[in-house]
Amino acid sequence: MVEKTPLLDFFTYVFLMLGILIVGFPILYSLIAATLPLEEVSKVPMPLIPGDQFMINMKEAWSRGDLGTQILNSFIMASGITIGKIVVSMIGAFSIVYFDYKFRVVAFASVFCTLMLPVEVRILPTYEMAANVLSPLQALWDVLHLDSLMTWFSGHDISVNLNWSLLDSYPGLIFPLVASATCTFLFRQFFLTVPEELCEAAKMDGASPMTFFRKILFPLSKTNIAALVVIEFVYGYNQYLWPLLVTTNPKMTTAVIGLQNLIPQADDLPEWNLALGAAVLVMLPPVLVVLFMQRWFVKGLIEKEK
Amino acid sequence: MIKRSFFKSRYLPYLLIFPQILVTLTFFYWPAIQGIIQSFLLSDPFGRQSKFVWFYNYIELFTDPLYLKSIFITLVFSIAVASVSLSLGLFIASMANRALRAKAVVRTLLIWPYAVAPAISGIMWLFLLHPSYGVVALGIKKWLGVNWNPVLYGSDAMIMIVMASAWKQVSYNFVFFMAGLQAVPKSLIEAAAIDGASPFKRFWFITFPLLSPTFFFLTVMNIIYSFFETFGIIHTVTQGGPGGSTNILVYKVYQDGFVGLNLGSSSAQSVVLMSLIILITFLQFRFVEKKVQYGG
Repeated sequence: MVEKTPLLDFFTYVFLMLGILIVGFPILYSLIAATLPLEEVSKVPMPLIPGDQFMINMKEAWSRGDLGTQILNSFIMASGITIGKIVVSMIGAFSIVYFDYKFRVVAFASVFCTLMLPVEVRILPTYEMAANVLSPLQALWDVLHLDSLMTWFSGHDISVNLNWSLLDSYPGLIFPLVASATCTFLFRQFFLTVPEELCEAAKMDGASPMTFFRKILFPLSKTNIAALVVIEFVYGYNQYLWPLLVTTNPKMTTAVIGLQNLIPQADDLPEWNLALGAAVLVMLPPVLVVLFMQRWFVKGLIEKEK
Repeated sequence: MIKRSFFKSRYLPYLLIFPQILVTLTFFYWPAIQGIIQSFLLSDPFGRQSKFVWFYNYIELFTDPLYLKSIFITLVFSIAVASVSLSLGLFIASMANRALRAKAVVRTLLIWPYAVAPAISGIMWLFLLHPSYGVVALGIKKWLGVNWNPVLYGSDAMIMIVMASAWKQVSYNFVFFMAGLQAVPKSLIEAAAIDGASPFKRFWFITFPLLSPTFFFLTVMNIIYSFFETFGIIHTVTQGGPGGSTNILVYKVYQDGFVGLNLGSSSAQSVVLMSLIILITFLQFRFVEKKVQYGG
């Protein structure tokens, strides 16, 4: 700083420690709780010295909550959303920025409109959509009275029932959440900052659009992709409302939802050690991703929201 | 800024944009239109029969004391979450910005709650504030002399979900404030110091105004967070109770639509929420750019 302020510096560090303590306390406390046997964890206040039951508690929570299956589901969902969003939005942005065609503006505007609207504001109709993805086609079919047309045409009674349900499936968990404009917007912003000379030079050397994309644009976007991988993985892994609706089969549900079953209710044994142990375990994958990819993540987060 | 050098191809651009358009149409526009249509219909719980009723669902909604209460609760909740997490985030970030040597360590120690699912934050705070087992609850009872019981008292339940929601959001705000603080030009601070301004004055008259775009942006993001992403917290911690005292709007949409099977009302509520978000987005794009001090 500019001048020497020993007293203020001292308080700075004191407050910082306090802040870190407040932020870290819930998880620290949960970790300790996860190491204690039931009698200890239900004492008030709970002892702050870790016990030796950690592995036993974890094993019990793992089998009771079927965490293996559910964490795998969370992984598949989070990776699917991450990859889906990045691929779809990157080629979409490439099309919008580097090509000139009739529907360019319309395409961009229609995608841009979805920018801030989360799945939470349209849960019911999106659920109906997931229950039968072909419903728009069915509606079109009905509106055009194709049933009667076909009946008239062929002389037999024909009725068409299009049905393809995404409920309780990985595509159902993934696709509705891929529909988001944030990544497209980010890639568009980034592509616009790439010098035009690169594109011109590539064209002059006879590169096709896809060669330009593969050999120039993709390598330039690596940092952005890394940042988005972190952000979207965390987003996908931590989804709550959508997996809650779209899965009813406990084998298909995600870990964050499954935890609900481990929380002790009023009449149960207060097995908080199991619930908190499982909670710590389930939160681990996204936390590790954020910590290890911190540098890209912070950069990307700030650029994404600009 | 528009690119001048375009590639030419007849089919390629359509092929490239196709997945995005397909996904957006099927999972965004079609459901949104269905939702709007449904909000003008009165249906039986299984959706077999329906009748066009104009604005009946909306009129019902805005004359329903439970819905008005839910609006009020949502406002209180989001303002509380935003102010707690913004002020804590700013405070910690400005402290961390002073601690020159430990910046990287401090950031690592503060950043990870961003990755914790709201529902998991809810579980941890449920335990900390549990009326019979929670250690924080014990402290509140002992030192403040309050008969703390979020299972019975609505205001206690509200405090509980505010704590769980704000805790998670502090790290998000911290990251942005930290970036904002580092963008403040050192020369300004030094000039003010030479003129004899104390560290507090410098913060209040220089740093804080320069942070105002960050501040405004974060306010919007925090409000959107507390409107929607906190669903997981409500669902694991209070389920809208006790007595509807934590039944925020998004939870009510879920309850009325999927538990109560009142399709028309739930759709109308979705449309209201959608309009609200569109309004907020519009305001953000329209006014933020002009009114707020940009610097750095």
